[in-house]
Amino acid sequence: MAQIFHRSANSIAKASILGGLILVVGLLWAALQLQRSPYFTYAGVARPQPVPFPHQHHVAGLGIDCRYCHTTVEVSGFAGIPPTRTCMNCHSQIWTAAPMLEPVRESLRTGKSLVWTRANDLPDFVYFDHSIHVNKGVGCNTCHGRVDQMPLMYNQASLQMEWCLNCHRDPAKNLRPHYVKEDPKNPATMGDQIFNMAYQEPSDSHPVTIREGNTYKTFTSQTGPDGLGTYLAAVNHVRSPRDITSCNTCHR
Amino acid sequence: MDMRILTNMPMPARRFKQAALLLVAVGALLTVSACREDMQNQPKYVPLRESSFFPDQRSARLPVEGTIARGQLEDDSLLYTGKVDGKESAELPFAMTAADMQRGRERYNIYCSPCHSQLGDGNGMIVQRGFKKPPSYFEPRLVQAPIGHFFNVMTRGYGAMAEYSSQVPVADRWRIAAYIRALQLTQTAKGTDVPAGVTVASHAPTEGEAPKEAK
Repeated sequence: MAQIFHRSANSIAKASILGGLILVVGLLWAALQLQRSPYFTYAGVARPQPVPFPHQHHVAGLGIDCRYCHTTVEVSGFAGIPPTRTCMNCHSQIWTAAPMLEPVRESLRTGKSLVWTRANDLPDFVYFDHSIHVNKGVGCNTCHGRVDQMPLMYNQASLQMEWCLNCHRDPAKNLRPHYVKEDPKNPATMGDQIFNMAYQEPSDSHPVTIREGNTYKTFTSQTGPDGLGTYLAAVNHVRSPRDITSCNTCHR
Repeated sequence: MDMRILTNMPMPARRFKQAALLLVAVGALLTVSACREDMQNQPKYVPLRESSFFPDQRSARLPVEGTIARGQLEDDSLLYTGKVDGKESAELPFAMTAADMQRGRERYNIYCSPCHSQLGDGNGMIVQRGFKKPPSYFEPRLVQAPIGHFFNVMTRGYGAMAEYSSQVPVADRWRIAAYIRALQLTQTAKGTDVPAGVTVASHAPTEGEAPKEAK
């Protein structure tokens, strides 16, 4: 009886085992990449809104503080979406005929809410509180990105668990002081640095000086034993990575 | 379709198996995605989430008119209106500490400086962009105004200025009023006003020094 399989069948069989493995691993890898991609997370993707509100113009162009509109960010879990009346504080007199602002005027006339699409929308099974982050020294742009450079709003971060844990495992690397030594030549040093979009972490070429009692303390590094982040984690009583990576910190 | 054609069509069992598998796969996919829907967007209210129950679609409801929650009676006329016996008060409802002044300065720079400018001359960025120019704090009328006047204006609005009671809590409005007084003093203060041996330095608070809690 003649051989059923040709000699080369051996090689083909081996190659197909290897090929199958590569295919399975490759597909798994592709699936993981896909669910991390903006296609799923919307990171960097501006979604349609009733009014094309430009944060860039209001923050960088006009110098309006985050808290002017997001009034509860320091005291509540929810930062607050401003009511129509906050828009009208200025737009009662500025751009009163702009067609783009018609939905805002209509909202004021009729009392119906503007329906915004949340850019930073955490899943409902995640407990998140803005106030604790802000008060312990996490700056707005650490999570939200340079909002002052965003003509239209989008979420900078993936908001996935690995992204949260990346900071919770080592919070010191992202802590900044509320106040730094004021420099009359630099208005950005005057206010709370949490809300300063252009805050720079300390380095050798850019030291950060903060007040401690009646003296000043200068830092030239963010992490490490002499780092600003390490110092702030201690004075602000930031709990240990073991505590804040516990499941029930965020899943309650 | 003619029934005879259907019955005459060959339909091997393999086909049924494939169809069944496809159905299971689609079903599983739908279940998984439905699961994500339910966990990701749970049928509960988070702040400002829309409601299908109320006609205006707001889940955030106003309490019944006339409701007074504990601690919200607001019967302290001076604290909540800036007035005593209908007249704007020259007195503060609570003593201002250095930390209160620092907080007042911070809140002023957030909520007032867009129009009134950080100096208080009424030439802020929004005014430069076309908003009606507010009076400078250094006008004699405002220098002589009792401090309750500033609180009252913030609370109820004045002219083109909207009320700020929904954006700035009561205690912060008083701290801002106190800071406006300090701004006014900057224009007339003399070196001799500073007690001998005291240096006045513009300084940032120590971490956690300014009162964070808003009333």
